[in-house]
Amino acid sequence: MSAGGETAPQTWKLKLYIAGQTPRSLAALSNLQKIVDEHLEARYEIEVIDLLENPQLAKGDQILAVPTLVKDLPPPLRKIIGDLSNTERVLIGLDLRPE
Amino acid sequence: MTVAAERDPGATRPLPKVPTGIQGFDEITEGGLPEGRVSLVAGAAGSGKTVFAMGFLVNGAEKYGDPGLFVSFEESSPDLETNFDSQGFDLKALEATGMLTLDHIRIERNEMEETGDYDLEGLFVRLGAEIDAIGAKRVVLDTIEVLFSAFTDEIIIRAEIKRLFRWLADRGVTAIVTGESGERHITRHGLEEYVADFVVVFTHLVNEETATRRMRIIKYRGSAHGTNEFSFLIDRRGISVLPISSLGLRHGAPTERVSFGIAPLDEMLGGAGPYRGSSVLVSGTAGTGKSSIAAAFVDAACRRDEKALYFAFEESPDQIIRNMRSIGIDLERWVEAGLLYIHAERPQTTGLEMHLVRMNREIEEFSPRVAVIDPITNLTSIGTYSSIRATMTRLIDAMKSKEITALFTSLTEGGDSSESTEIGISSLMDTWVLVRNLEAKGKRTRGLYVLKSRGMAHSNEIREFVLSDDGVDLRELPLGGGAPPATRAQS
Repeated sequence: MSAGGETAPQTWKLKLYIAGQTPRSLAALSNLQKIVDEHLEARYEIEVIDLLENPQLAKGDQILAVPTLVKDLPPPLRKIIGDLSNTERVLIGLDLRPE
Repeated sequence: MTVAAERDPGATRPLPKVPTGIQGFDEITEGGLPEGRVSLVAGAAGSGKTVFAMGFLVNGAEKYGDPGLFVSFEESSPDLETNFDSQGFDLKALEATGMLTLDHIRIERNEMEETGDYDLEGLFVRLGAEIDAIGAKRVVLDTIEVLFSAFTDEIIIRAEIKRLFRWLADRGVTAIVTGESGERHITRHGLEEYVADFVVVFTHLVNEETATRRMRIIKYRGSAHGTNEFSFLIDRRGISVLPISSLGLRHGAPTERVSFGIAPLDEMLGGAGPYRGSSVLVSGTAGTGKSSIAAAFVDAACRRDEKALYFAFEESPDQIIRNMRSIGIDLERWVEAGLLYIHAERPQTTGLEMHLVRMNREIEEFSPRVAVIDPITNLTSIGTYSSIRATMTRLIDAMKSKEITALFTSLTEGGDSSESTEIGISSLMDTWVLVRNLEAKGKRTRGLYVLKSRGMAHSNEIREFVLSDDGVDLRELPLGGGAPPATRAQS
């Protein structure tokens, strides 16, 4: 079911943009943790970026909505917006599910 | 009417306003946009929203020392710089001095996936950082409705746009948000017009190959505003609005008189010529010397060291100067001295309203004391009756408010019906002088008489009107006959 059975293992480079430690950011973070633990084991890097601390970083990835999870690698670039509560859609966004 | 609304006792505390510096706009809004509030500029693509919004920022930076932030959801910053360079706006220079920030927010719908609840705090953080970086006082968001197509959850977006408007107001910036015209609402999603404190709609109509731009203020919370449509123009000098109808009949009535430069004609008008700031119509059939009267009028003004603006809709400046030299009036020296400016244009080049907007701008820039429109009929042939009246009223009001004495020539068709064709504009005029060809005993002479002149005793005589190498003169017309008069009327 996971991305196993394919070629050499690769690393998912993810960035989670939040704006302060709001309940919604915390929910996104815990939802994300559950998903990667289950589907990516050790093949991931997560950087959490709090825009309230680094407002200038909103520009680079064109972040308007928060929380936004950016998948830098593997390509293509994807932005997964919201608290990541819909696991199925997160998996599609991370290319861990077809369609 | 508007006057009553302005004197409404409830509206005693004037709303603070921020001048846009856009010619005419600050007049029709009596000061500009509401300070510290969000204004909506709505219109179809190409209606001038972006030019208006950028003008607000550029003028803010250059004229009022207000740093500005322009956030584009559509055009990239280099595109904006290039486009506005051709408009004469040097955006790069303003950016270099920290008076302007351009930011392009690019949204790629196809790389996004929505999973659960979110808000647009990222946008707020970004705007907040940019506002703080230059201390922006003016902010433009062009076009905010892109957010609706970027995200699928319309409920969230509507709530967030409302929150954005409040947030901008809380930040104390004066903001313009632009929006595409919708079919059932002013904007496509019908949201921005409710949350904005000021709403203006731009239209761009093409009618019989002439393009007319208009703006109409739909809403001005806390302030009286006219509901009229105002014509405006966009060219290399930015936006220029033809305002004025808001002035109504509140202009003053100077008692000073202005000489026509033709002593006998002054004499016919209560002995001293028309009042300063009044409007004079000189009408007549072709070749009756209307332009010569206009030239004498201009010449007299320049001799008094007053600036004169001559709108020529039939002849080129060179042609006018040459023709007038033949009757002994040297206009060239006034042009060289900077006292006379001849603005020549073919009436067919654009619509009536655009002409009037352009004329209004020339008046604003040249600040003349007298003006000639020669002939007004070339303009009035390119509009409908009601639009001509409305726009002429505005032009005349504009000149009256500046105490510019204006002379309009009007070409009439031959025959006795001549007077009827001018009814539309003549009622707007204070003084009406008619010149006609008189034929008798195989000789053609020109007769001149004053049909009306408000507020002064005027002659009811018909005088013979003579053009010679020495200029323009009037003579007594022999009673009952066509024989040439023997003596000159003494001035």
